[in-house]
Amino acid sequence: MSFDFAPVWISLKTSLSATAIALVLGVAAAEWRDRKRRAFGSLLDALCLLPLILPPTVVGFFLLLLFGRNGPLGRLLLRFGAVVVFSWPATVIAAAVVSFPLVYITARGAFAQLDPGLADAARTLGASEWRVFRRVTLPLAAPGIFAGATLAFARALGEFGATVMLAGDIPGRTETLPLAIYFDIAAGQMRQAFGAVMIVLLVSLAVLVALGVWARAERRRRIPEN
Amino acid sequence: MNLDVHIEKKFPCGFRLEVAFRASGAPLGILGPSGAGKSLTLRAIAGLERPDRGRIVLDGRVLFDSAAGIDCPSRDRRVGLLFQNYALFPHLTVAQNIGFGISALPDDERDRRVAGHIASLHLSGLEARHPAALSGGQQQRVALARALAPEPHALLLDEPFSALDTHLRGEIERELREALARYRGAAIFVGHNLEEAYRFCGELVVLADGQIAAAGPKEELFRRPPNFAVARLTGCKNFAAARPAAAGVIDAIDWGCRLRVAQAAPATLGHVAIRAHHVRVDAAGAADRAAENAFPCWLAAATEAPFRVTLYLRLNAPASSSTDFHVQAEISKDQWEKFKDLPQPWRVELSPERLFLLPD
Repeated sequence: MSFDFAPVWISLKTSLSATAIALVLGVAAAEWRDRKRRAFGSLLDALCLLPLILPPTVVGFFLLLLFGRNGPLGRLLLRFGAVVVFSWPATVIAAAVVSFPLVYITARGAFAQLDPGLADAARTLGASEWRVFRRVTLPLAAPGIFAGATLAFARALGEFGATVMLAGDIPGRTETLPLAIYFDIAAGQMRQAFGAVMIVLLVSLAVLVALGVWARAERRRRIPEN
Repeated sequence: MNLDVHIEKKFPCGFRLEVAFRASGAPLGILGPSGAGKSLTLRAIAGLERPDRGRIVLDGRVLFDSAAGIDCPSRDRRVGLLFQNYALFPHLTVAQNIGFGISALPDDERDRRVAGHIASLHLSGLEARHPAALSGGQQQRVALARALAPEPHALLLDEPFSALDTHLRGEIERELREALARYRGAAIFVGHNLEEAYRFCGELVVLADGQIAAAGPKEELFRRPPNFAVARLTGCKNFAAARPAAAGVIDAIDWGCRLRVAQAAPATLGHVAIRAHHVRVDAAGAADRAAENAFPCWLAAATEAPFRVTLYLRLNAPASSSTDFHVQAEISKDQWEKFKDLPQPWRVELSPERLFLLPD
């Protein structure tokens, strides 16, 4: 039997989409939180970080409650004829939720390290808040945010628990690599599982090596020229 | 251009800022020890800090008015701020930094203006560099060019020299004075170095603990400090608690002497003071005229600078230790050479015209 590549493509598509969503939401939340002292700030931080420490199955449980046929979001989407549970978007949602905290926490750190005087200087020079963010805060925090996005991608690629709860295991539609590995082994197909394991291992290793190389280049870039 | 400021702000820690002044024409200097509220005042004018109450009007434009509910955002105020640490954008080049505030202009117009500022602030050849590759003085000129590029109606300088090496200051100060002389808007200079402020500004406002301790033309403040805080901030070293004794005579309690004074003592006389370089010291025999307020004195300690010597003197009795002194006197090295080996007591003279009588 030849190797089934469907889970590889599903996993890559899912991880990239989830990373993009986590990136936008995580950076936006971190920036909003950084702008000024917020009431209940610590509680907010805790809520944003919760998916990182909760068991993925618990995250999946809450997602099911939200997106299920009787959940508030599920019912809303049903009105537009969309069913999330057991569909490909469910794998994206599950992966995005569990990787969101990694972007949030690194972006928070990156924003907190910036000299607040830089944003103030931009404001006195006539910049709108959006321009301050686009031209000053974001470019300066980019290295930290990029590192967070890389971790988020790796986390999304390895996501199992929440995905299986919300998206189930439908070969060719929601079966990502981690799910394929589990169900291959459950079915005694060790060769098929071994192939998938090697792919996950190589991609993860490549991501980490790339991150390390990039971090070194970044450090070198920061040493002033001439 | 006129900048009128009257603001109040309370902080949970108990600090209260309350200042009112007008800046027009020559730069206004705001002087005060650190923590007096100088930077805070500038930040409020620039719209980066919101006062509890008050009014800020720049050239007829109301920037802030708590009563009318007006709080113009920083980006629309047209107030340039030169930050203490310059706050240059590290990821942008010199030219991009200078052009940041005029990005709305057409490209050629913007490039022309950036080039103009680069030329006038002697930054040619550095256009493509990043701030980290510039010297402290160059960074400051870039920051100044960046602040001036959008043609602000007011320019605020927050301790512009504090981040520079001493040997660079003289040159950079001269350049900044030149650039400011060309500037047509209202300008405020904040610092704690008096001599710098004196060279830069026409009028001075002295802040102490969030309040205005004195304000007025700089010569006036230096010639006649109105109170203790201003006297000390303008570099006066010698103070003694004092009380009136008779008409034209006061007792300097801490110095244990009676002094003749040239002006009428204020009703609530608290201290008498005299600048160190106004204290005259001479060998005892040099009394060739009837001097007023002359006392025998003994040396407690002396510190020598390259051209000046500071003497720590005790009046009327020999000093028991190097910290047992009443007044310090600053004299030239030449003068010091003349009598330093002569026997003590020497003679100290606290000329009545030089004494400051400070209310409590």
